[in-house]
Amino acid sequence: MTTETTRGKYNVIGTRPIRHDGFDKVTGRAIYGADIKLPGLLQGAVLRSPHAHARIKSIDTSDAKAVTGVHAVITSADFPGAQDALVDLGEGAVNFRYASNNMMAGDKVLYKGQPVAAVAAVDKNTALEAAALIKIDYELLTPVTDLMEALKPGAPIVLDDLEGQDLGEKIDGPTNQANHIRHEFGDIDRGFAEADLVIEREFTTSMVHQGYIEPHNATASWDEEGRVTIWTSTQGSFPTRRQVAGILQLSDSSVKVIPLEIGGGFGGKIPTYLEPVAAILSRESGRPVKLLMERSSVFEATGPTPGSWMTAKVGVKNDGTITAADTDIRFEAGAYPGSPVGAAMMCVFSCYDIPNTRIDGYDVVVNRPKTAAYRAPGTTQAAFAFETVIDEICQELGMDPIEFRLKNAAKEGTRRADGPIHPLIGNVETLEAAKASDHWNTPLEKSGPNGVLRGRGIASGYWFNIGLKSAVTIAVNEDGTVALTEGSTDIGGSRASIAMMAAEVLGIPVEDVRPHVADTEGIGYTDVTGGSRTTYATGYASHDAAQDVVSQLRERAATLWDVDVDEIEFASGNYQSKSDPELRLTHKELSSKLGSTGGPVVGSASVDPEGAGGAFSTQIADVEIDPETGKTDVIRYTIVQDVGTAIHPSYVEGQMQGAVVQGIGWALNEEYFMNDDGAMVNTSFLDYRMPTTYDLPEIETIIVEVPNPGHPFGVRGVGEVPIVPPVATIANAIHDALGVRLRQSPMNPGRIMSALEDKG
Amino acid sequence: MVEKVRVRATLNGEPVDFLVAPYVSLLDTLRDELGLTGTKEGCNDGNCGACTVNLDGRVVDSCCVLGAEIDGSTVETIEGMAEPGQLHPLQQSFLEEAALQCGICTPGFLMSAKALLDKEPHPSEERIRFWLAGNLCRCTGYDKIVKAVQKVAK
Amino acid sequence: MHPFKYVRATSVDEAIAALAKHGERARPLAGGTDALIMARAGRWELDALVDIKHIPETNILELGSSEFRLGAAVPCYRVYEDEQISAVFPGLVDSASIIGGIQIQSRAGLGGNLCNASPSGDGICSLIVHNTTCVIAGPGGTREVAVEDFCTGPGRSVIGDGEFLVEMKMPTPQKGFGAAYQRFTPRNEMDIAVAGVASSVQLDGDTIVSARVALSAVGPTPILSSAGDQLAGKEATAENISAAAQTASGDASPITDMRGTAEQRTHLVGVLARRTLERAVERARENN
Repeated sequence: MTTETTRGKYNVIGTRPIRHDGFDKVTGRAIYGADIKLPGLLQGAVLRSPHAHARIKSIDTSDAKAVTGVHAVITSADFPGAQDALVDLGEGAVNFRYASNNMMAGDKVLYKGQPVAAVAAVDKNTALEAAALIKIDYELLTPVTDLMEALKPGAPIVLDDLEGQDLGEKIDGPTNQANHIRHEFGDIDRGFAEADLVIEREFTTSMVHQGYIEPHNATASWDEEGRVTIWTSTQGSFPTRRQVAGILQLSDSSVKVIPLEIGGGFGGKIPTYLEPVAAILSRESGRPVKLLMERSSVFEATGPTPGSWMTAKVGVKNDGTITAADTDIRFEAGAYPGSPVGAAMMCVFSCYDIPNTRIDGYDVVVNRPKTAAYRAPGTTQAAFAFETVIDEICQELGMDPIEFRLKNAAKEGTRRADGPIHPLIGNVETLEAAKASDHWNTPLEKSGPNGVLRGRGIASGYWFNIGLKSAVTIAVNEDGTVALTEGSTDIGGSRASIAMMAAEVLGIPVEDVRPHVADTEGIGYTDVTGGSRTTYATGYASHDAAQDVVSQLRERAATLWDVDVDEIEFASGNYQSKSDPELRLTHKELSSKLGSTGGPVVGSASVDPEGAGGAFSTQIADVEIDPETGKTDVIRYTIVQDVGTAIHPSYVEGQMQGAVVQGIGWALNEEYFMNDDGAMVNTSFLDYRMPTTYDLPEIETIIVEVPNPGHPFGVRGVGEVPIVPPVATIANAIHDALGVRLRQSPMNPGRIMSALEDKG
Repeated sequence: MVEKVRVRATLNGEPVDFLVAPYVSLLDTLRDELGLTGTKEGCNDGNCGACTVNLDGRVVDSCCVLGAEIDGSTVETIEGMAEPGQLHPLQQSFLEEAALQCGICTPGFLMSAKALLDKEPHPSEERIRFWLAGNLCRCTGYDKIVKAVQKVAK
Repeated sequence: MHPFKYVRATSVDEAIAALAKHGERARPLAGGTDALIMARAGRWELDALVDIKHIPETNILELGSSEFRLGAAVPCYRVYEDEQISAVFPGLVDSASIIGGIQIQSRAGLGGNLCNASPSGDGICSLIVHNTTCVIAGPGGTREVAVEDFCTGPGRSVIGDGEFLVEMKMPTPQKGFGAAYQRFTPRNEMDIAVAGVASSVQLDGDTIVSARVALSAVGPTPILSSAGDQLAGKEATAENISAAAQTASGDASPITDMRGTAEQRTHLVGVLARRTLERAVERARENN
């Protein structure tokens, strides 16, 4: 179902064409990172720490080097020793020194699975066997994997040189608290004093992983000129170039990144893990080297999203007006600083208009893998806490949860708790669509066969979306088709939406646009595919590049007809003379005359737009629970979301559905299960328990379109906000079914049984 | 060094005759020895289905089979699914229904779905979801995959 | 991974010879869905994998009037896709249809599930409640072992160097027999049992002549519970079934790990024992 305001406004936008890259992807022809083959290619293997926290006393690689077929063995001693430099990657920043240690440990290992050495050999098994011969003498240190333990005085110190911060002041002495920041607005004490009802609760969530199906991979070739070529699956070829160059202490221009097809990322393929390692192995061996990560290492040693400890406190008047809200959000950063606590703080209260707020955020290092972005980073956790308390407030006040949200809804002009003023947003429209939905208006039978209990939950979420830099060029072919070159790696069909926007401007069928993702030497700088920015910002560039083509084609028409360019009008794909209606050419006809009017036409644009516009989603879940086992099944799910303008509605729905299902997994079963030694023990898809198709109902989608004034076609980012509400939505549904509140995720069967026992 | 073994099999309708190290999986055999990289690795331990191929009429995880084991067998991979110039109806349906996002799981899903429809042309949604449970997708939430299969199953 | 040889045996003797040659550094290969993973993960360091699925005896699938013979290499799908067998052995089908996904069931069989000797193996408890006898061949000849005595610890069994499981034999269910297996998993498929219970009953009218209850994932090996003996001679009433389920719960000796807590597992055994006994009785009544 779609609540479309843009229907009929466009020719191409809003239709559902077959994606251009689809044919290669359904036939197995598409080349992903792991598929690359090069002459003389060596295979690599990475040796990883078996310990969560240890000092490396010595490394002996001599046995590994002696193995027949081994061409290079490297350790951190072979890295140039990157310097402290904080670089923004679009969705999260990276400190090169920490990033370098993260991909090849120096004197200390900080989590199980951290790389300590790497081997390149003639084949994979030889490399693996040789890596096993590397002898490392470790001095074991006590790990700390729990963030609240890590904050206690006397806790094991993860990073000896960490300079912790607390509200802008440097912390004296060793600490695991990387940062504590605060946003305050209004008068929090007065706000709570004005309230008739105040509820404060504590929440925890477990670390979870993005769970993309394609493991990380990288192939590198270091040539005699000192230039490095990288083939990889990445969310951003330019940010990968920046990271590789920074870690290898090279200039950006001496690194070329060739992005191959990418098998999912969700934020997790923004940081690099293998690329610099492959490059150094190549430098040492003089041959190209490929590294493929094992699934267990993807879990242990890439960037999951943090586990958290949070409090949420809300004050309301009896009429349902929120007077104050206060939250304390503490995130596991992993082994190095940089959790997404800042993003969580930007979003946590942003669905609401609250006069008095305080938000505290802590970034805490622990002996776990360094966290990375995961779809609306940090915001799912925060929404779990806040939206669960909102549900409890509605219950206490006897108010309908949608009416409560409408009463307190943030609108255009509402100031966010972290400062910015909301521009035109679709929060109210989203809530109204949820209220009108078939799901919300279909009563749920509260009990079912064999004693199962059912419940319905609802929750909302906000994500700010980002703009950043994108470049697009469009070359016109003489047959009227165009070749569109972009720098955004395509994870989920963005080639199609970018091509559709160009086709819309040019007035040609989308099939006549051939989109192509270029390497870092084939297009201008383009930021990551992340932050829900690709269809927005690269689409913006596509629009502008197509406009550039139109303006050049108008000049050609003017040349052709020997009239002033102002005489040429462009409408619906036709170029025509204002004064002589006989002078009229379609895009295709005009394209065929390029050779005789000055040669090829290439349009281009490079943008850094500011008006990303926030996105809102409200979601409804029905669950069915077996009270004897705690087994929870989601039996109906509806997601309502304001997407601005749905360029390709099928892929918009796909983003919404995919994010919801990741959220369902997060809510019910997914977690990093750590043992006492600080090791993650469920490092396989078997025990990490992501949902299969047999665990799920249809995910119903309701697209709301409140066009974003900051984009020529009204696009808002789509990919992230849908994962914000699911954990809270399911928690509220479980409460409705069982009458117990779960404030710890995952809300797995064991926890549900314990909660039922506690209830008695 | 363990000696390579000779394997003769039928691959996508063509006879193949090759040498492979005996400990190498069918997945790596297809990808590294036979150049067919359409079959993907997701987990290498039989829990994601990205490497699904058809072996003697049954779908299997090719990471859980040795290349040496296929001597005398018939193997079909994603590369053999379309007729020249003509997609299989499931491939067409996956495109039309937007049943893929990143596409890494797609070959495995197509191989599994084809095996189901070859055996049972009109499965229920429940049956489709059960049959495809061995194939993980993290992008789509499965909704459009199930619909794409249903469209062909009608 | 230590490089290993692949030996395709075409007779029982050939397999024994190949296995005996490498002692503990050789393992039989049937479906491979566990063996290859163990070798790849370095849990087993092997010099040879001996493929036993090209031996006629390991492929036997023969339903006689008094005995059912199930070859050790018969994959799960051959059990549940055989209409006759699945009609007579719904309890075995319960297990065979939930071991991994469709891809795994194309290769993995109940024999391999047994030899893997995982405490959570979904097939083992069903074999136990069907009174299965294991036929093991080795350098010293062939011997038979009751399936409840087969597993000796997590990943360990009575199989010695040079030996391998050839087939499993179980009585063909007669009138009044019913069996069922259920496990508890957080996901609906592709998961490992947090706890599982198989139950079988032999009814004479409303009286339970004999019963077996076996528990998975709640001890170092699958456990044959005393709950079955407790039911012998009793009426198949809800009360008696509940009491037996309590006993089964008491027989569990689980640990707490990433898949569940000890308390949760003990509780689940009680629930699943009751549910599988009820289902087994229902099937026994249908089989009259």
